[in-house]
Amino acid sequence: MQFYHRTLENGLDVVVELNPSVHSLAAGFFVRTGSRDETAEVAGVSHFLEHMAFKGNERFSGDDMNRILDELGASSNASTDQEVTNYYAAVLPEYLDQTMELLAAMMQPSLRQEDFDTEKKVILEEIGMYEDQPGFTAYDHVMATHFSGHPLSQSILGTNESIEALTSEQMRHYHAAQYKAGNMTLAIAGNTDIDSLMEIVERHCGGIPAGKTERSAPAFQPQSRLHMVHRESSVQQHVMQMGTAPEGDHELRFAAELLSVVVGDDSGSRLFWEMTDPGFVDCADLGYGEFDGAGTWITYLSCEPEDVEKNLQRMQAVFDEVNADGITEDELEQARNKVASRVVLRGERPMGRLSSLGNNWVYRGEYRSVADDLNIVRSVTLNDINALREQYPLTMNTTVGVGPRDALQLP
Amino acid sequence: MTRQEFQTLTLSNGLQVVVQPMPGVQSAALSLMIPAGAVLDEDGKSGTTAILADMLPRGAGRFSARELSSRMDNIGLQRSVSGGVRYLTISAATTADRLADAVPLIADLVCRPHLAEDQFSAAQGLVAHGLQSIEDDPRQLLGQKLRGCSYPRPYGNPAEGRLQDVPAITIEDVRAHHEKFMVPGQAALGVAGNISLSQLQDVLERELSDWQSRPVMLPPATPPVPAPLHVEHDSVQTQIGLSWESVPYPHERYFESWAATSILSGGSSSRLFTEVRERRALCYAVSASLSTQADRARVLGYAGATNDRAQETLDVMVSEIRRLHEDLTEEELLRCQARAKSTLIMQQESTMSRAASLARDTLYLGRAVPLQEIRAKIEDLTIDRVRNYIVDHAPEQIVLVTVGPRQLDATCVQSPVASV
Repeated sequence: MQFYHRTLENGLDVVVELNPSVHSLAAGFFVRTGSRDETAEVAGVSHFLEHMAFKGNERFSGDDMNRILDELGASSNASTDQEVTNYYAAVLPEYLDQTMELLAAMMQPSLRQEDFDTEKKVILEEIGMYEDQPGFTAYDHVMATHFSGHPLSQSILGTNESIEALTSEQMRHYHAAQYKAGNMTLAIAGNTDIDSLMEIVERHCGGIPAGKTERSAPAFQPQSRLHMVHRESSVQQHVMQMGTAPEGDHELRFAAELLSVVVGDDSGSRLFWEMTDPGFVDCADLGYGEFDGAGTWITYLSCEPEDVEKNLQRMQAVFDEVNADGITEDELEQARNKVASRVVLRGERPMGRLSSLGNNWVYRGEYRSVADDLNIVRSVTLNDINALREQYPLTMNTTVGVGPRDALQLP
Repeated sequence: MTRQEFQTLTLSNGLQVVVQPMPGVQSAALSLMIPAGAVLDEDGKSGTTAILADMLPRGAGRFSARELSSRMDNIGLQRSVSGGVRYLTISAATTADRLADAVPLIADLVCRPHLAEDQFSAAQGLVAHGLQSIEDDPRQLLGQKLRGCSYPRPYGNPAEGRLQDVPAITIEDVRAHHEKFMVPGQAALGVAGNISLSQLQDVLERELSDWQSRPVMLPPATPPVPAPLHVEHDSVQTQIGLSWESVPYPHERYFESWAATSILSGGSSSRLFTEVRERRALCYAVSASLSTQADRARVLGYAGATNDRAQETLDVMVSEIRRLHEDLTEEELLRCQARAKSTLIMQQESTMSRAASLARDTLYLGRAVPLQEIRAKIEDLTIDRVRNYIVDHAPEQIVLVTVGPRQLDATCVQSPVASV
């Protein structure tokens, strides 16, 4: 495994992890822009723009893009979250040149009016699709409530109203401001050689305009809030809660990841044994989310509407016990083993390495190999967990309910 | 493409084992497919398999549920037990040096589960909760209903069970299902990773040799749930499910049917994506995929569109399905072949996906199939063969299932001859 970091003249960071024992190659742009970088007038533009990137540039039409990606046998897609928009493709190494040409085209799309008008309807359909899924509805509302007043509260998809009102002119403006080489990391993982790779990258990506934008990160203090979204027809009640956890570059973030496995993994965790295994709930878990300048504990509970209070109490009892007494060395060791095995299995595929390679660079300007990740997981101690409990106890400030209940009694 | 070697073994009880050593990786994975799926759920007790799958890890051999779980976690074993329609499948993966340690634990779970009375109501409750959550997810609900209307009963049984049946299931039903159907005779174990059969043979023989076989009779097939079917649901989108007959995996024309489905919906330049989403922007998600059992198969089509646009979405989808044989181009086939080639080559990077294919091929085809053989079959396809297949297997009646606030006009799915 060999790592390279290069910076093109326009400021584009290129991070490469070569592995001669794999058969394929994955490449992806990680653009440091997302819903938190939007103003209210253009809510949802980052995600809409991600769709428009597949509509091509002066050289390729949208049909060309779709057709060539299939001709290359590429498995490609894109995703947008609050902070990063990611475009990627996994291909056989011999198709690297054409794949890079298309990925680079996505960074500078034409944004034709006709394509914009058509794709707007697809975005509205996507909003409709997620609206029918209680888990997504709960997530959108819990972020909006927990981060109220902070840019992280902004919805990734936007709303029907904001998307209807959005113009291609506004999107062009946003694109020009955000899609600068200094805001991007190009990550490449897999089997190729660095010299021919860099020649290809420079040829296709050297023309991306230079520049970098700063992101606003206002301080904020989450208030305790309860927000109910009434859905009469829902069979279950879905409850999501959120609390404050270490931010994305905090030294305790690995401890937070392991603690979330001990307490809230989907099997073998404390919540699993207390709530899922006895059949009290459909699902009860705890996760850890890292953001730029923020971090969250996030819980999800789904169960019969009349059992919500009892189940929230059970969940609270698990958190209280962890906050008061910590966890055992056995539990921590089990979590280390679970996470280590996930790291190894995910790391065997270039696509599995890509997100770790790109995100580590975007968030922290660092590279970690699979071996580094394993060492980090191994080195988390009970002392770290105790420091974490001290500074970031499992305390949820925000609760959102989606389902037939109008009100909830919190423990 | 690397040439693949398989190592095979049949245990005295009939269990077929296939190992594919993959020296380039660190991990190893296994997939054990046992023909004890929901197709064998008794009438009125749909959900028995699902409860059994939930109960297997709730204590087995010398271990309680917690001991079993912590032993598995300590060797980093990622695992799942899932009850499917035909098979109950146990999948597991970890680093290659620890897979042999997983075998005794998995053997306990399969051959010596406690199936204890005091765990039953929790398992039954969980299965019921899972079914309630499907009710809240219109897309999943559609999938369940569509299978029921597409396959003859009980081959379209919902793997997750039926909510109204779950209370009638008893611990005795679950134990009987285990005893009668969880047998090694028609089961297969696929293993792939940095491991060889010699590292597993002793432990497999020791742990699994007292697992007894007995014959299992498959139930007769009776007509499916009638379609078109509409399920009322208060939702923003209408979920549209379509299905029509295809040929199963072992069939000599399977790869032609695969290419036809791939041209219809395989990539971002496929017919459905282009016509339904890119040209008309009728929906975000539209797809069609092959669903194959050993001796029957269907193409399952899907789209979700906001209610006002659902009728047009359905009409356009059906028209694209019906005109698939028109203007077929060499380029469309070449694109399918290119995508297949990279998918097959990338499969060599995933031990879990290889293990699953080994077990499936063993059961469906009677042997593990090297990826290069599949690739050769795909590269041998011609556009004429694909067109002939589409014409020979043109769907007359298309099954339609919808979930949403309003029923759609189903005229377009009727047999084109009958509707004249």
